[in-house]
Amino acid sequence: MTEATVRAEPPAEELGAPPEAWFGLRRYAVTAAFLAPAFILLGVWVVYPAVYTIIRSFYGQAGGDFVGIDNYKALFTTPAITTAIKNNAIWVAVVPATITAIGLVFAVLIEKISWSLAFKTAVFMPMAISLFAAGVIWRIMDRQEPGIGAVNAVIGSVHDAIRPPGALSDALTSTPNETGSPSQGIVLKTPLQPGKSVALVGLTGIPPEQVPAGSVQAVTPPAKAGSITGVVWRDFKPGGGVPGKVEQGEVGLPNVTVFLRDASGKKVGTATTEANGTFAFTDLDQGTYRAGIDPATFKKPFGGVSWLGSKLITPSIMIAYIWVWAGFSMVVIAAGLSAIPRDTLEAARTDGASEWQVFRRVTVPLLAPVLTVVFITMVINVLKVFDIVLSVAPESSQAEANVIALAMWRTAFPQSDFGLGSAIAVFLFILVIPVLLLNIRRFRREA
Amino acid sequence: MAAIDTVAPAPVVEESTATRVLRILGKLPVQIFLVAVGLLWLVPTLGLFITSILPANHFDQAGWWQLFSRPSLATWQNYDQIFRNHEIMHALLVTLEIAIGGTVLPILVAALAGYAFAWLDFPGRDWIFIGVIALLVVPLQMALIPMFKLYSHLGLYGNVFGLILFHTAFALPFAIFLLRNFFIGIPRDIFESARIDGASELRIFVRLILPLGLPAIASLAIFQFLWTWNDLLVALVFGGDTRPITVAIFTQLRSFSANIDIIGPAAFISLAIPLAVFFAFQRYFVQGLLAGSVK
Repeated sequence: MTEATVRAEPPAEELGAPPEAWFGLRRYAVTAAFLAPAFILLGVWVVYPAVYTIIRSFYGQAGGDFVGIDNYKALFTTPAITTAIKNNAIWVAVVPATITAIGLVFAVLIEKISWSLAFKTAVFMPMAISLFAAGVIWRIMDRQEPGIGAVNAVIGSVHDAIRPPGALSDALTSTPNETGSPSQGIVLKTPLQPGKSVALVGLTGIPPEQVPAGSVQAVTPPAKAGSITGVVWRDFKPGGGVPGKVEQGEVGLPNVTVFLRDASGKKVGTATTEANGTFAFTDLDQGTYRAGIDPATFKKPFGGVSWLGSKLITPSIMIAYIWVWAGFSMVVIAAGLSAIPRDTLEAARTDGASEWQVFRRVTVPLLAPVLTVVFITMVINVLKVFDIVLSVAPESSQAEANVIALAMWRTAFPQSDFGLGSAIAVFLFILVIPVLLLNIRRFRREA
Repeated sequence: MAAIDTVAPAPVVEESTATRVLRILGKLPVQIFLVAVGLLWLVPTLGLFITSILPANHFDQAGWWQLFSRPSLATWQNYDQIFRNHEIMHALLVTLEIAIGGTVLPILVAALAGYAFAWLDFPGRDWIFIGVIALLVVPLQMALIPMFKLYSHLGLYGNVFGLILFHTAFALPFAIFLLRNFFIGIPRDIFESARIDGASELRIFVRLILPLGLPAIASLAIFQFLWTWNDLLVALVFGGDTRPITVAIFTQLRSFSANIDIIGPAAFISLAIPLAVFFAFQRYFVQGLLAGSVK
């Protein structure tokens, strides 16, 4: 670098002639011309404003009054800003590590497949999309009703497959003869005896659209020796009808789980109703029994997780953000991985190390510098997160989703508090400095 | 020999086929996992695209996957309207202006400075260079308030050129760093012979440096294009009524589900262009990424 200087200067000293001095001046003029545009831009747009913002942060909202460190105190007492700082702390704690880990796993796994380019392209693609547009995408994915939000639709189908929803979602007892509620189960008060009684379990309060598909006219089954028979039906028809009596126009409720308890209260069996609402318990000993509808019948289907509600909004935004940045992490780590000498890995394998041991003891330590770079880059990005918060979070939950960069914009612009806004900017600056200094040390090593 | 040759290979081949099958079977869980993850990564974008071609009144009734059971619902009507929507079309034009200006200008300025830092001698060169890199630390939030005031005085508020200059300044530290490091790798002899031939520095810069620096310039250009195309914050602060597409969508977002016939296609168009750039120049993009992060 200094080679040129060394070579260029001695002749100038030897001659000491005006043309050479003029030549030197000209050379500086050329250099200045090359540097001037960059220096003007950096001076006016970066250096001057940074100094101004630092000074401005000690003045009040309007700017005329010196307030000392009041603005900095306000950072930790203004609820919106403390929420932002707390959220940003969670972001820094969770997101960079997650993104680095996901990138590492993907980078290691795609070494084993032949179509790694296609995979890389798919995962890397969101990097080209703006964080703002990515937020719009996830706002559509995260809608609450399982019928319209894709994320909840997937969760819902798994949820309902493991714990199927009941045949009914809500109902009321139709006669004083019944007791209980959908959440506890509905029980007939009258004792039942095999061969003598017929259990009539009427339910009301079922809207027409909730009547199970395939239900037909309810039927009162005859009593049967050694058995307890009964019917569960919608004890309501247009015009009302007589409560407690199966009438023409009233439908049976199929797929209802009916249980039977003996005199001691022990459950002796369950039965499921037919399309006409009838059920039967057979082969019963003499005695008195009680019948009722199991609460399982009223188990509601999956209602959807409120991803965009105030409780889960920050995790939802993080998911969207990880979706965007995982590709960056994967591509950088994969490049680092391809630089690891194959021999080292092979040697470990020949020595009998398992794949996990190779990964844990050889790959990860060798990748440590690259992993650090990804992690630090992500910490800086996460500290400045902004656009995606505005697009994922609906206005109703934006207060809970607040982050430092968003609080800065809100305070300085819509609310025009330049003093506090400057203090938030300086705070962000201070947070970023130590992280970036690490990066610059690396830059210098390379330069 | 012949006997061995004919007899021996059989078990060897059998074993290798068996190991190959085992190897592929062993990889199967990984393959399945990666297929699932790959699809998972594509689904959200697909969801936005399908949403953008469904009639707006279906948005609050069923998810976008209803299209698979009712393909007849698909319509280009939303796009038809978007292309006739003056506000959105104007926003796209503004975005394009900002992105092109915000790409060309910083590269030009950074290439000039990068060349000076690499091949021209002046006192304190390396320290000044480190000072320029140090400006990477300054988050653009530090400049928003003062520049907002200054722009209002200078009449640059609400002006595309004001936005371009802001993007340019904040792109410079990294761009200068990247280009200087690239230029310094160009063999010295090339300049020396050009200088001996009496070529001016400007001529050397235009005729030699820019063409030779093309790979680095290309990756920088793609980054800068995507960055400026995708910006929301700077435009939100200095744009005023000059709205790029991100700000235009942002103003529509207040009535999210009611405006989905505008938001859906507008968001998709806004990401289709950077995606096209990304697919066309993927190689340079990844190179630039690696230059910035590892090496």
